[in-house]
Amino acid sequence: MIKAILIFNNHGKPRLSKFYEHYTEDTEQQIIRETFHLVSKRDENICNFLEGGLLIGGSENKLIYRHYATLYFVFCVDSSESELGILDLIQVFVETLDKCFENVCELDLIFHMDKVHNILAEMVMGGMVLETNMSEIITQAEAHNKMEKSEVRAALLRSD
Amino acid sequence: MSDVVEKTLTALPGLFESQTGAAKITNRLRQLIKSITELTSKHEEENLIKRELSAIKEQVSSPNTTMKQMREIMVRAMYCEMLGYDASFTYIHAIKLAQQGGVLEKRVGYLAVSLFLNEGHELLLLLVNTVLKDLQSTNLIEVCMALTVVAQVFPKDMIPAVLPLVEDKLSHPKEIIRRKAVLALYKFYLIAPNQVQHIHAKFCKALSDKDPGVMASSLHIYLQLIRESPDSYKDLTGSFVTILKQVLGGKLPVDFNYHSVPAPWLQIQLLRILSLLGKEDQSTSELMYEVLDESLRRAEMNHNITYAILYECVKAVYTIHPKAELLEKAARCIGNFVLSPKINLKYLGLKALTYVVQHDAKLALQHQMTIIECLDHSDFTIKRETLELLFRITNAQNVTVIVEKMLDFLRSCNDEHTIIHLIGKVAELAEKFAPDNSWFIQTMNDVFSIGGDLLQQDVPNNFLRLLAEGSESKEEDDQLRLYAVESYLTVLKGHTSHLPQCFLQVMSWVLGEYAHLQESVDRREVIRLLTQLLDQRSVSSETRVWILSALTKIPEGQTDLILDLAESLSSSQDTVLRQQAQELRHLSQDSQLREWVLPRGAPWDGIEVDSSLSFLDGFVSEALAAGAAPYKPPHQRQEELCEDRALNLEPYSFSLPVSLSSCSITDRQSPTLLSVSSGLSGNSAELSQKAGSSTLILEGVKRVWGKDGYLPQKEATAPPVDEPSAAVQPASQQEAAERIEPRPEPSTQNQDKQQLASSLFVGLGVGSSVSLLGKSEAPPPRFRKKPRPHESSSSSGTSKRSSDSSSHSSRNTTDSFLYGSFPEEEPATSISTFDHTPKSTTANGLSQNKDTKEDRHANTSQILGGDMVIVRPSTIQDKHPPSVSSDLTALLPADLKDLPHSDVISLTSDPSLSLSSCRLFRDEALLLVIFISNCTETVIKDVAVQLTCEELKTASLRGNVMDCLEARSTSVCHYALLMDDPHTNVSLTGTVSYQTQPGHTNTLPFSGTLSTADFIRPLVVTTEEYGKLWLSLSHDVKQNLKLLTDAGDPLRTTLNALKDALQLHVVDIIGSEGIVACRLLSGAPCLLHCRVNGAALAMWLRSPHPALPDFILYHCQRALAHH
Repeated sequence: MIKAILIFNNHGKPRLSKFYEHYTEDTEQQIIRETFHLVSKRDENICNFLEGGLLIGGSENKLIYRHYATLYFVFCVDSSESELGILDLIQVFVETLDKCFENVCELDLIFHMDKVHNILAEMVMGGMVLETNMSEIITQAEAHNKMEKSEVRAALLRSD
Repeated sequence: MSDVVEKTLTALPGLFESQTGAAKITNRLRQLIKSITELTSKHEEENLIKRELSAIKEQVSSPNTTMKQMREIMVRAMYCEMLGYDASFTYIHAIKLAQQGGVLEKRVGYLAVSLFLNEGHELLLLLVNTVLKDLQSTNLIEVCMALTVVAQVFPKDMIPAVLPLVEDKLSHPKEIIRRKAVLALYKFYLIAPNQVQHIHAKFCKALSDKDPGVMASSLHIYLQLIRESPDSYKDLTGSFVTILKQVLGGKLPVDFNYHSVPAPWLQIQLLRILSLLGKEDQSTSELMYEVLDESLRRAEMNHNITYAILYECVKAVYTIHPKAELLEKAARCIGNFVLSPKINLKYLGLKALTYVVQHDAKLALQHQMTIIECLDHSDFTIKRETLELLFRITNAQNVTVIVEKMLDFLRSCNDEHTIIHLIGKVAELAEKFAPDNSWFIQTMNDVFSIGGDLLQQDVPNNFLRLLAEGSESKEEDDQLRLYAVESYLTVLKGHTSHLPQCFLQVMSWVLGEYAHLQESVDRREVIRLLTQLLDQRSVSSETRVWILSALTKIPEGQTDLILDLAESLSSSQDTVLRQQAQELRHLSQDSQLREWVLPRGAPWDGIEVDSSLSFLDGFVSEALAAGAAPYKPPHQRQEELCEDRALNLEPYSFSLPVSLSSCSITDRQSPTLLSVSSGLSGNSAELSQKAGSSTLILEGVKRVWGKDGYLPQKEATAPPVDEPSAAVQPASQQEAAERIEPRPEPSTQNQDKQQLASSLFVGLGVGSSVSLLGKSEAPPPRFRKKPRPHESSSSSGTSKRSSDSSSHSSRNTTDSFLYGSFPEEEPATSISTFDHTPKSTTANGLSQNKDTKEDRHANTSQILGGDMVIVRPSTIQDKHPPSVSSDLTALLPADLKDLPHSDVISLTSDPSLSLSSCRLFRDEALLLVIFISNCTETVIKDVAVQLTCEELKTASLRGNVMDCLEARSTSVCHYALLMDDPHTNVSLTGTVSYQTQPGHTNTLPFSGTLSTADFIRPLVVTTEEYGKLWLSLSHDVKQNLKLLTDAGDPLRTTLNALKDALQLHVVDIIGSEGIVACRLLSGAPCLLHCRVNGAALAMWLRSPHPALPDFILYHCQRALAHH
């Protein structure tokens, strides 16, 4: 099962954090810091797997991460997940974001935090992989976007 | 992909301009983020967020804030929370938003709730109704949101409220809803397994859903279920194989392809399930050979994800029952992984090798050069994984090289987690395979100085115990000790300020105990070195206690030094130190007292330990008389704080008088104990007790309190030593040094690598491949320490995995049914009335059950005459002599025949019918089999058995209603009974109704008792697992039991008696201690730790269930009393 999904930038600023297990607020922040510390000091061309730090569960858990330009995408998973499978799941996630935001960048994640969370919710539910099919995820996400757009349109009409 | 996120914060201004319309909504958020990104210091950020939060606070409480604004506010609050600031005042508004908003607001509200709150948060209760409403909504999006939030955060107690609705969703026309419902149910299963037990059939339906997505999500559940009990799902193997075949054959819609690989994640999931099912099961494995072969073949190496599938495939092939052809292919795959230039694949290759090397050591040999390259790899993860692999292939021949590699790695490593993990392994290897003393001590020195205070406490404890208890050969022991002393003196002469406390403690203890072995060293020197340590600021007060204790043991005739020391410490701030200094002074002045306290000749084994502290009884009773509160163990105190219920420690009259439990010694009631306990300070005693690891320290404790108060007495120290002649020592050391020398230095030179390879992989050849398969077959460990329970995985593992198999069959009839016979013929008109037929005797019989229990045991062979008219409910009848019983067991259905069972015992009978019963011990339930025999020459019609028992749950029943029972024939019906909450004994009652003539219904009542013992099953664990489990359990009970002393080995005899009477699993018996494990059917485990304590057996039980230890203890007492 996936324990946590973290996205932070090259400076360690969190851009998205989703925990599927309960930690206290403080621990969550510590986990983000520790994970950043572990991940950021790794070179570009070494493997994408890492034994978990002390906080997020010790040797049972693993960090699987990918680095895209300014952002790190880190999935913390337990031993029941396939390493390479998760690695590609991150890829699916990023590609989906790219399609939804048309060339996604760090700012999109900040300004549309809720949308990113909703997209993530279509992929991973309660720590389990729900959907890996990109087009399906996009369909679900767009259904919501449409609602939002129609609302904006209605608001504009009213204001006219 | 990297160009995707090219845009950075520099693009910020442009982005603002490009936004229109919707921009207004999130204006505030924009501003917030903009200002945050402009900040330079953490302090400024803090101020800004504080301002932001107070603005939010104002807005949320304003009545004019619209829902839409609220939505935006919530996103801002989420942002603040993500940065780690507390926005808890918005939680309630998040819930309101989810309750009252339209779809869009609801979405943000639910999202905020799932980010802010955890399962236990009280505010969640407010959400339950909203979730219920949304689950019933016709809007699909609302249903989806509700299911998502249910799977993310939902209070456990409220699951029953939503369960039926979520269940309904399993048959929803939209597959996305079905899929989410399946996952929500899986989540429920994880947090409250018994609440979803009844819907297993629906899971099965989900598995065969026409939508592959729904089927895929149901695999989550099956993976979990099969992991828990693979045996129950063997019949599904065929289905999983078929699914995998279809996936491989491209039968799924193209949508499911990922990089033209059909449904890779689904394949991975299926392969995992198959490997679990095929593990150690040849016939099941045979079903999947073909599909695994196809899977290996189809996964062409072209993309990352195919490697993921291959990796799972390889693991599956090595997990299931082996097939040569597949193994060969899998081995080739591993080779491809290991040799791959892609670093991720290399990592997985190493992982696969680590896994496989247990089955096939030769594979490691094939890749030795790659492995050696990986050792010098720049990637930390790869290095670490390589060491893990080397750890698995360590044997006596390559241990020096491998340990050296591990230590090298550790020296350059600064990740705490890795250090703790690996250093323990080094210690384990050193203990197991050490080629000689000097190497061992040197390695342990490294372990202590690198691991330092991160070390788990059992590493130093094990090491000291090994030194102290020694092996069979006294001479070898002394040499080891001697070497340790010398080595430590050298260490202490160097810089000591950087040494970890734990190392200092070990050194001071060893010096205290064994410094006298080394005659060439001046005692004054030893004292000087130790005293020096005391002066260092970095030395903790706990270590000071260790050092002082060591000093107490060393001096003989060095009174002046000691007196100086005692003088300087007598003004210490630390009371414990001050007291020790006092003792030190007294002892050094009074040599007679010293001799008495520290008799230098007493062997370790001869030390009598009164761990029950019975000598304190007088003191305790005086204190109690004076009004002191009785002692309660810490866990009990804690429990009483939590709830107003106390564990009853003396539940039954059977108990021997409870002596003070041994744990009181670790409780710092009397600080003096600390200082008394020789080199092993009280603190470490406490630690090791906590770790459940040993009673090492207790052994040092002798009489401390006497009638006159404190007896300044010390434990005996080392056994008398035949000091080895000085000439021998240097020789052995030299030899040792020589043996270390030829350690090859790693270098980039290929030749060196070859050399390294030959030293690393020595002993892995074809002939000796077994030596690393099972560590048990490794050459005998050098240090054969006296084994103990709770030991960490180290030590000679040969006898550890003693598996208990057939304790079932040897059960006798203790505590089984009670049989009253109620031969009443009470005509009843119809079957439907038999429930109402008053049976006064039934109650009577029951009330007597308990009383007659003991008698019955003595009288089992007593057979009453065949007079069927006896109407005495309490009479014990055993109408079937054993020969008849075995006849009846032949009637058992084929699937039950092989189960262990009790004797067949008559329940009741009347002229036409006789009832007997037999208990069958299935792993997950107790089967109560009732044999109904027709004693007449005519057919009996409409036979119906009804069984009631309030305390037990009937899981299933078979054959309790028969249309007709032929003359002189016997029919079998059986009940599967479950016991969720333990009871000492449970009574059951039942009736059989039948018709001998049409319209004339007879009823025959019966009753019986079942004991908890019937519901106990052995829990097969290894010593290591036992140790872990022990620590995790909270409820414990201690009691002294009778020890069966009539045989040669009292402990073994007693434990075997217990094992026979109750279905216990004896995990390990070591010396005077034994560990035993059992569980309540498939439920709560109970661990028993038994120690011979004089003429009694000190038993310590632990379980997660509060009442279970009491009941098991009760049955143990009974079993021993009957013996």
